[in-house]
Amino acid sequence: MIEASLSRLRSDLDARRISSVELATLFLDRIERANPALNAFITVDRDRTLAQARAADARIARGAAGPLTGIPVAHKDIFCAEGWRTTCGSRMLANFISPYDAHVVSRFGDAGAVLLGKCNMDEFAMGSSNETSYFGPARNPWDPACVPGGSSGGSAVAVAARLAPAATATDTGGSIRQPAAMCGVSGIKPTYGVVSRYGMVAYASSLDQGGPMARSAADLAALLNVMAGFDPRDSTSLERPAEDYGRDLDRPLAGVRLGLPKEYFGAGMAEDVRAAVLAAVNELEKLGAKRVEVELPASPLSVPAYYVIAPAEASSNLARFDGVRYGHRAAEYADLVDMYCRTRAEGFGAEVKRRILVGTYVLSHGYYDAYYLKAQKIRRLIAQDFVRAFGACDFIVGPTSPTVAFRSGEKVDDPVRMYLDDIYTVAPNLAGLPAMSIPCGFGAGGLPVGLQVVGSYFSESRMLGLAHRFQQATDWHERIPPAHAEGAR
Amino acid sequence: MSLTPDQVARIAHLARIAVSPAEAEAVRAQLNGILALVERMQAVDTEGVAPMAHAQDVMLRLREDAVTEADLHARFQAIAPQVEGDLYLVPKVIE
Repeated sequence: MIEASLSRLRSDLDARRISSVELATLFLDRIERANPALNAFITVDRDRTLAQARAADARIARGAAGPLTGIPVAHKDIFCAEGWRTTCGSRMLANFISPYDAHVVSRFGDAGAVLLGKCNMDEFAMGSSNETSYFGPARNPWDPACVPGGSSGGSAVAVAARLAPAATATDTGGSIRQPAAMCGVSGIKPTYGVVSRYGMVAYASSLDQGGPMARSAADLAALLNVMAGFDPRDSTSLERPAEDYGRDLDRPLAGVRLGLPKEYFGAGMAEDVRAAVLAAVNELEKLGAKRVEVELPASPLSVPAYYVIAPAEASSNLARFDGVRYGHRAAEYADLVDMYCRTRAEGFGAEVKRRILVGTYVLSHGYYDAYYLKAQKIRRLIAQDFVRAFGACDFIVGPTSPTVAFRSGEKVDDPVRMYLDDIYTVAPNLAGLPAMSIPCGFGAGGLPVGLQVVGSYFSESRMLGLAHRFQQATDWHERIPPAHAEGAR
Repeated sequence: MSLTPDQVARIAHLARIAVSPAEAEAVRAQLNGILALVERMQAVDTEGVAPMAHAQDVMLRLREDAVTEADLHARFQAIAPQVEGDLYLVPKVIE
């Protein structure tokens, strides 16, 4: 059952071969066994989950099931869920019980999905290794000595170790794609504005975008059909007609042009990653795609520009954590300013503080033009690069991350080294483009490698189609970490 | 350029984050490392390039001028650190 696709779970539930309560219990039991070692979940609430599962069973019995009714889904702990602790991986929100649902959470709730628990993540989604979580790092199920990637590390671990059939995640600079790559699962960050940010704790609002993680592109399409859609409560939500993200799953790849950016295939990529990515490109060529070389000349500037824009927006967004309306408040203080300073010093971890300080500096008087304005101009150059490249190709393909998962602790004290690993993932966020990662092989240490696919605006269904074709011809996405296979203890 | 200890103290105050003397030097070194990375931006000529603030060049929507929010203050204040008589309590600012 842990192998079943979402469509298989749907038909099993509809045919009463399994109940939603049985399915939820199966995954809750797996979480209970594996979570002490993997730390993929911050909050699990068996009673609440089973109550939702019973309601789903009743709905199925009434003949009123939707596509996800009765299917367990885990949410990244960045999404507010009413009555659930929503921590965002931070001490600041360690006791925050959300009084309302995020748009994404209510969409899954309306569809009848069963909330399985809240997934671990880097604090306030700031990190590429899940090591900045106040609740301790999540661990890679392929090798617990390695990081799962971040910031959506817990979501990726949950899907990879088959602790959940699917999970939600968010991506500001690679936080869906990089952990998906490092854990061997599939994940897609849609075009900016496709998924509502309402109730999703804000990090960098012009870059943040929610998306699903799952075991296959076909499952991602089913999840995105539920997650996506206009929401007036998010001022940047796009008003577009509803679409079926699964409509191109069976579209042939004949004649599809794959752009390989020469900047991505130069120095900097580990040889094991290069070999797996090039083998995947060959496989896609066998399926009828053609490869062309493209150029993204501004791409070396994407990491510097990102690490100005994202911290600048973070410093503004996180100003709301002042110890007054919700969240942590220091126990002792001399006056109001001292209360703010101590509350924030205690409530935020080292990486969050670093980014707030960087953001405060680049926005401060006298430095705005040199940093923030400059970064916004480079953002334009990066977006123009993509527009030009998409004149010559249909999709851009390359590595998701320059290496397979690295060892825990290896980079935690060296933020710049950690930031440089985001080289392939931040540019699509700056441009607002959809991007995904799918498993495409294994590298050193038997650790998974991810293939990144970037599409033009609103090309999600065709990207999912490309990924689905690839997954029909390969079985990388079906590999399970041996310690977590069915029957393994 | 490199931040001085005074600049770090000033930024920390603007950000309302207490930085203890014990951690100040490590914070300064890490911020300088990040700013050195960011400095690479200066190598490219961006004269005449329009800054891009947002992923989509969309106009902000207008909505009908009608009340859409329900009164949820009791629910919201239930999770506040300190509340009295519907008000959020903070240390005294004006004597």
